[in-house]
Amino acid sequence: MRFPCPLCGDRDLQEFTFGGAAVMAERPAPDAGVVAWDAYLHLRDNPAGRSEELWQHDKGCGAWMVVTRDTVTHAVHGARLTKGAT
Amino acid sequence: MAELTATPPFAGLCLPLEIGRARIDAAELGQLTNIAPFRGKDAALATALQAAHGLDLPQAGQSSALDDALILWFGAGHVLLCGPAPDVALADHAALTAQTDGWAALTLSGPDAEPVLARLVPLDLSPASLGAGRTARSTIGHMPASITRRQDGTFLLMTFRSMAGTLAEDLQTAMSGVNARRSLG
Repeated sequence: MRFPCPLCGDRDLQEFTFGGAAVMAERPAPDAGVVAWDAYLHLRDNPAGRSEELWQHDKGCGAWMVVTRDTVTHAVHGARLTKGAT
Repeated sequence: MAELTATPPFAGLCLPLEIGRARIDAAELGQLTNIAPFRGKDAALATALQAAHGLDLPQAGQSSALDDALILWFGAGHVLLCGPAPDVALADHAALTAQTDGWAALTLSGPDAEPVLARLVPLDLSPASLGAGRTARSTIGHMPASITRRQDGTFLLMTFRSMAGTLAEDLQTAMSGVNARRSLG
């Protein structure tokens, strides 16, 4: 599998490290309440199909990115840098 | 006071080394400074860099050189200035970190440089992808590395200094392999 790093271009999966579902980058406000924090920490969708995940190009440019890929077909649809990645 | 003598990263190793149609030499880059622009300061840094050192701030995958000064894109949000001591004006726009003793750099040259490197690096090394002046962060073997094709067509390879021995040995093995394969016709 290859990911299209927005900085480096297409790179092999071996250069990347998985960072969890993309919602991990959307941390609730400190005062968002117990329900929002519980959902952020513990509740994850388990999609069969298109999903958004965080990956770090740690053996390349080091940037964090959101990769959109299909968990059924393994097709990679694209990648964008996380906010403030550079 | 004791006089301390600097030891080059490849001291005691097999460099320079020529096997078949490829050659590696230790590269003397001078002072290395990591430059990480503060948020929103890229344009101001680019102006200061041009004024102080005559170099363009490289975008992703780019490098630029002027006389003995070289600047490499070195990953997300930072570049590496090689050669001169950084102008103090740069510190207004970026975090500067001395890296001179942190990296081992060598030059891989010769007609077989590309097939040798292809044994170690998961990149498309063809001139169409990694042409003169292009740079990439990737791995050599399993070592984090910076790989640049300089204007003269040779490759500048950099890894952490602690891995200098492995870098030289891996390249020696790859050069021997390419040479052996070539000698079979």
